[in-house]
Formats: sequence, structure tokens, C-alpha cells
Amino acid sequence: MIHPNTSDKIAKIWLWLSALSIILVLLSILGYVFIMGAGSLSVSFILDMPTNNWREGGILPAIIGSLLVVIIALSFATPIGVGAAIYLTEFTKEGRLTKTVRIAADSLNAIPSIVFGLFGLAFFVFYLKDYTGGPSLLSAGLTLGFMILPTIIRTSDVAMRTVSFSEKMESYGLGATKLQTIKNIVLPEAFPGIITGIILGMGRAIGETAPIIFMVSLNPVIPKTIFGSGNTLTTQLYYLAMEGISMDVAFGTALTLITIILILNYSARKMNNYFSRNLRR
Amino acid sequence: MGKRLNLENTIRGILLLFSTAALVILAIIVVFLFKEGLMLFQHTSVTDFLFGHKWIPAENIYGAFPFIVSTILVTLGALLISVPLGISCAVFLVEISPRWARELVRPAIELLAGIPSIIYGVFALIIVVDVLRVPFNLATGETILAASIILAIMILPIIISISQDSIDSVPRIYREGSYAMGATDWQTISKVVVPSARRGIIAGVILGCGRAIGETMAVVLVIGNVEKLPLSLLDSGETLTSAILLEMGEAVIGSLHYNALFCLGIIPFLIVLVLSMLSSRLITKRVSRFE
Repeated sequence: MIHPNTSDKIAKIWLWLSALSIILVLLSILGYVFIMGAGSLSVSFILDMPTNNWREGGILPAIIGSLLVVIIALSFATPIGVGAAIYLTEFTKEGRLTKTVRIAADSLNAIPSIVFGLFGLAFFVFYLKDYTGGPSLLSAGLTLGFMILPTIIRTSDVAMRTVSFSEKMESYGLGATKLQTIKNIVLPEAFPGIITGIILGMGRAIGETAPIIFMVSLNPVIPKTIFGSGNTLTTQLYYLAMEGISMDVAFGTALTLITIILILNYSARKMNNYFSRNLRR
Repeated sequence: MGKRLNLENTIRGILLLFSTAALVILAIIVVFLFKEGLMLFQHTSVTDFLFGHKWIPAENIYGAFPFIVSTILVTLGALLISVPLGISCAVFLVEISPRWARELVRPAIELLAGIPSIIYGVFALIIVVDVLRVPFNLATGETILAASIILAIMILPIIISISQDSIDSVPRIYREGSYAMGATDWQTISKVVVPSARRGIIAGVILGCGRAIGETMAVVLVIGNVEKLPLSLLDSGETLTSAILLEMGEAVIGSLHYNALFCLGIIPFLIVLVLSMLSSRLITKRVSRFE
């Protein structure tokens, strides 16, 4: 029988080690990508066209492609997601509708990304071919928009729920209408939370591969319209690594991608802190 | 006044429409996934599909059993690693971590959750696969174990954050009662805190499990992609998701092969849906019990 004090010590060492291992894993992944990618990353890597079929040169088409799909995804998911959250918090009571929407959003959030890929292929690429241009950046962007919708609904919903009840009542007490109260009290106060949700959705959209993998083409050309096909950082990274085309370009791309994600995460946190400090005053 | 009320009603209508969007999208996904997938069963029986050992698209033979077994093995392997590690880490953060360590570990977990799956895949393809090859004396490190390891890392943030919330909400008085009886920290953690938080911990593990089943990119790069029945964690395999990814390019639209790949997608879709509902039930029940 081990003495309770001894087992207490052993257990605590184990708990410390488990936390330490998380940090080590993170550092080794980030460190590895930085070390391997730093050699290829440069201004011209980001701004130049690829040459020799992605083996050399830059990755400009993939950057533009990523940018376009994220913009499309956000312009679909932001108004609908924020609008849904306004309705759920301001226009209805807790009940069957709010519960159903929450379950639907959670389910949507849990759907495997490759299933979104299958769905996007059947729905946007084939069923709505005449409107989306088939395997286009628009199809890819809308598929991602469907995917990040739950993130935006849930974060906006939470943000609006924390708006102070008394301030809303004061607004009504001054004779403001529901729309005026939403515009002047609810939206400004929930703004930091909403923005954080949008940035989170953006990070998710830019980092996803499987939902759009069936809709991209590897032609190293700058996409001219959103109805044409294109390529993104993630899908390009997949092909470079899977086919073993060029590990140098692959790691340069990985580093670009991870840098974007880190910046997004960092600004989401900063913005949240900044706004919540200023609003509390 | 009447005009204003009109405007409010119009906006209310539009917002109501938006609020049902998640539900509508879920419905469209179900319709399209099942419409394409279920066509397979006009040709292959459900039992042949679920339990057939051979997958030969050229001969229209579609048995998904090897993919199902690979998926189960990969997920079990990932849980085996991440559950003990994740729960320990959550316990550490809530119960014994000093402030400075918490402020280091929490952002690390957030970052880990934000790293795109394809980057995990590339990392695993180069590092994990190589690390495994030597000690196990394998011809190739591209095995189920390699996929399990990288999936374990990917689902750690989910398991940690949900267990942590649940451990955090265990009333302080439980702990104080335990200390008053002369229990050590560890006795309190293992006999009082973790058992009281078990619902939330299980919910986190279930969500992590769902994520592991549905993950594609990190798995496809390291699992070897061999369409045969894997017998151990050191065999190569091919999961449901990686099969879809690899074969969709060759499948002719509307062909039986195309339908079969959608059918492969239905399996993780249904499993993950059930798991997600199960875990949210566990979490809401816990909340209402404490309120």
C-alpha cells in the first residue's frame, strides 16, 4: 500500500507532465513548420506566380483563391448568422424554436468536413450548376459558408444574451421601438462577441480542405471571376504533400497558412479584450 | 406609426427566415446525401455493403467493412491516447495549476484547436510516420497508429475544454468536505472531483470521438490507404473518410461508384449526428441538475 502522500506526489507529477506535453506538442508542430518553411517564405513567394507547375516560384493564385472563398463564405454566413441570433434573442422566448435551431446548429457544426465536400459536390457543383458555374470558387465559398454558419450563430447568440437586460428595458422605457433598441443597444454591446465569432469562422474557413477539395483545379492561373475555378492554400498544400511534388513549396505554403491563422486568433483575442474593456467603462 | 410597425414586421419575417437557415441547410444536406447514397442499394444489399470484405469499383463490388474497421481502430487508438492525457490536463488546469502555468497552457490549447487539419497531416506525414518506423521495425510508418497519434493531438483541445468546464462547475463545498476528512489533493481529485464531473467529461470524450471519426485530411496522408482489413494498429488501412477523398476524383458522376462513395459518407454523418446529440444532452442535463 502506497502512502497517500506518496501517491499524491506521483499524481501531481503526472498532471504537470500532461500539461507540459501539450505545450511540447504545440511547440514541436509550430517550430517544425517554421523551420522548414522559413527558407521558402518571402515577399516574392507570396506575390509571384508559380512556375514549373507549382514546383518553384510563388503561390499567388492560391492566396487569391483562399481570400475569395473566405469573402464569399463570410458574406453568406455573417448576415444570416447574426440575423438568426437577433431573432432568437430578441423576437422569441426560449421555446421550441430556439431549442430546435440550437440543436440544428450543433448538428451542422459536428458534420464531418468531407461530408460537406460530398454535399457541395452534389448540390452546388451539379444541382445548381447553372448558377454557380459548377466547380467554381463560388461553390467552394458557399460550401464553406454553410459550414461556418453555426459558429457565427452560436457566438452571436451568446454575445447578445449577455447584453444587460436593464439597459434594454431603459431603452424601451424611453419610448424606443424594438428596432431602435436592437440598433442602439443590443448590436453595439454585442459587437465584440459578434466580431470574435466572425474571425473564428474566418479562421475555420481558411483552414478547411476537405469540403472544397472536389471543387478546385490546379491550374496555376489567377482566378478571373468567382464563377471560374481556382485553388486555395489548403488544397494546394494537400496536392503538394500528397503527390510529393515539392516539399519546399509545401512548407512555405504551410507557414503562410499558419501565420494567417495565428494572426486571426491573436486579433480575435485582442479585439475581444479591447472592446469589452472600452464598453465596461 | 402603422408604417413603423410594418417595417418591424417585415424585418421580423426576414430574421425568422434567417433563424431557420441552420435547420433548412441541415435538411438539404440530408436530402442530397441520402438521395445520392441510397441509390447504391438498388444494386448492393445493405448487409453486403456494411459487411462485404471487398471494395472493387471496377467490378461494381462495394463492401465497406475494411473501411469501417479502419475507422473504428483509428478512433479507438486516438481515444486511448487522448482521453487520459486530456482529462489529466483538464484536472491540472482547474485543480493544481498555478496562475502562470494556466496562462501558458490555455492559449496553447486554443492554438492547437486552431491549427488546420491539413497542417497536422503534413506534420504527421514527415515526423510521426518516421518516428514510428524504427522502433516497431516497419517497412512503412504509414499505419493506423500514426493516424491515431495525430488524431489524438487534434481532439485533445475538445476533450480538455469540455472536461475543464465540467470540473470547474463542481461545487467548491464538495472539495472542502473531502479536505475536511483529511484527504490529500489527489484523493480529492480522483474520488470526489472527477466522479462528480463525469457527465461533462464523457460529453467531451464523445465529441472528440465524433471529430476523430469525421476527420479526413490528417488521416489520409499517414494511414497508408490500403483497401484491406487491418488486423492491428501497426497495419496500414483506409478509413471511410479517406476512401471518399481518394476515390471521388475517379468516380463518374451518377455512376454506382459515385453513389457508393456517398454511402460511405452517410455512415460517419449518422454516427457523428448521434454522438453530437448525445453529448449535448449530457451537458444540458448536468447544467439543469446544478441549477
